[in-house]
Amino acid sequence: MNIAVILKQVPDLAEELEIADSGAELDPDEISWVLNEFDDHALEEALQLKEATGGTVTAVALGGEDVADALYTALAKGADTALKVGDFETPPATHAAARTLAGVLGGRGFDLILTGVQAIDDVDGWTAPVVAGYLGVPHVSVVTHIAPADGGVTVNQEYAGGVVAELDVHTPAVLGVQAARAVPRYAPVSKVRQAMQTSTIEEVDAEAAAGTGVTVRRLFAPEAGGHAEMLSGGADAVAERLVEILKERGLVG
Amino acid sequence: MSQDIFTLVEHRDGQVTEGSFELIGKAKALAAAAGGKAVAVVLGDDLGAITAQLGGADAVIQVAGASVADFTPTAYVAAVSALLREREPALMLFTGSAEGMDSSAGLSATLGLPLAGYATDVSREGDAAVVTSQVYGGKLMAEAVLEGATALVSAIAGAFPADAGRGDGSPAVETVDAPAADVRVTFRRLIHPEAADVDITKEDILVAVGRGIGDADEIEIVEELAEALGGAVACSRPVVDAGWLPKARQVGKSGHKVKPKLYVAVGISGAPEHLEGMRDAELIVAINSDAKAPIFGVAHYGISEDLFDVVPALTELVAG
Ligand SMILES: Cc1cc2nc3c(=O)[nH]c(=O)nc-3n(C[C@H](O)[C@H](O)[C@H](O)COP(=O)(O)OP(=O)(O)OC[C@H]3O[C@@H](n4cnc5c(N)ncnc54)[C@H](O)[C@@H]3O)c2cc1C
Repeated sequence: MNIAVILKQVPDLAEELEIADSGAELDPDEISWVLNEFDDHALEEALQLKEATGGTVTAVALGGEDVADALYTALAKGADTALKVGDFETPPATHAAARTLAGVLGGRGFDLILTGVQAIDDVDGWTAPVVAGYLGVPHVSVVTHIAPADGGVTVNQEYAGGVVAELDVHTPAVLGVQAARAVPRYAPVSKVRQAMQTSTIEEVDAEAAAGTGVTVRRLFAPEAGGHAEMLSGGADAVAERLVEILKERGLVG
Repeated sequence: MSQDIFTLVEHRDGQVTEGSFELIGKAKALAAAAGGKAVAVVLGDDLGAITAQLGGADAVIQVAGASVADFTPTAYVAAVSALLREREPALMLFTGSAEGMDSSAGLSATLGLPLAGYATDVSREGDAAVVTSQVYGGKLMAEAVLEGATALVSAIAGAFPADAGRGDGSPAVETVDAPAADVRVTFRRLIHPEAADVDITKEDILVAVGRGIGDADEIEIVEELAEALGGAVACSRPVVDAGWLPKARQVGKSGHKVKPKLYVAVGISGAPEHLEGMRDAELIVAINSDAKAPIFGVAHYGISEDLFDVVPALTELVAG
């Protein structure tokens, strides 16, 4: 199977999120980028499939801040080739990104396109079903298991309570991966450096594509309405105060 | 464009899901304000018992046939596309589940309709829909304007009250034929999880651990606290994906929905998918070193300290 994995950088939630003066987006200068964690699972699953059944893995991303790092890391982990599409100052929204990606991926004969089920900055939908819609191929989101089968793959789609549906999917298809079969592998810095020296990222020109009628006009912190009463004063003091509270409520004897 | 508001109804094991009632309630309010109808759209093979639960809607459209007997993205998108093209409702509401994601996003790309996910609120300004979405793991909200023939909205579970969508009316039920089978995706079977040693939905006290614990070996300190409190250990999804605790302990959208007397969240950020499973707990205590973690938005008491200091101190005091 020849598999493409769509990767995307997202703001690191461990850092402060600063809203730009426009009030409608994050301040790009204040963002530190990390790979979307679900894309990391998609990449791991693609590498596992390749290791089990042969084929190739191509890591694909729209060009942007720190994207080369993500692509070289994918190569260091075992992807065969890396593809950078266009160059974007700020990451396009889901539909615009998907339209650009579909334009490039469509002609390359991939059997499977995998990507993370969601990203923390998705507003206008999710990459997998939208890319599939533009390509006119089937899609399945929230995938937790992929196995090669006659004419395609068998996948598990996860619902509430850990119930899963087993679906047969003809390829080509696009799958939104929730979790890989194994914890995503780690690429040591030395291997990433080596990939930077020995491999090249293929670059494809692409213009920004149109979205689908969705405009974010405001980004804001949720109202503090239901905020917790914060206990402070150091670990021992808060522990004591909390145990008092639990005792008052009869939760601790 | 009509002023009707459609909802895609989900059902499992003969029951309409809670999330579907939440959408129907919201659709009714929006439709009433615009002078349209709240239309529940339900797909399946044998729907009599399902449509009987949809008395809260103003009208029901059932798409009946073998090709939609079970959920598949291709069949659902094909069936609903035909309806949307023909009827052009102002809005169509979906849940945030796998079904809701695949249906809404597949339709949006296929029909070129605007879509917003993670909605916590929906309103209308003229012909446009205005949607408030939870983004960045619940740390920020985005307000988006959707312009197009029909705006598609996938909502977060719990965004609207479910009771508003229940009712004992008897709306007209229109039957529409299901599309021909699409062989590209076929349903094989549902797999239910194996029975677990502990049923976290039945525990009065849960100490839930998240990725903040950092390492499998450290989970011990949370087990000790749970034991001292006479409760059980639960967890967020990444803890299961890392293989640190079994799936049966997972709380949230793809795990269990719990409602204990006490829920102590340790090193859990409070992503919408986690909150969905525990926000109704009677007393929620959160321990998280990030004072801006969204978990503090639903917790009653918050402790913004290092869990490795607080948890052992608590255990010691409780164990006495
Ligand atoms: C379709 C779908 C279904 C999902 N279903 C679920 C589900 O059922 N349940 C679920 O939980 N998630 C689910 N998720 C995943 C969800 O989106 C989040 O990724 C997940 O809830 C995050 O888990 P977490 O809070 O443990 O980890 P993180 O978000 O990584 O949070 C870790 C927290 O620990 C804190 N921390 C770190 N170190 C310390 C310390 N020393 N002391 C105190 N605090 C510390 C950090 O500040 C941070 O807030 C689902 C996602 C998708 C796409």
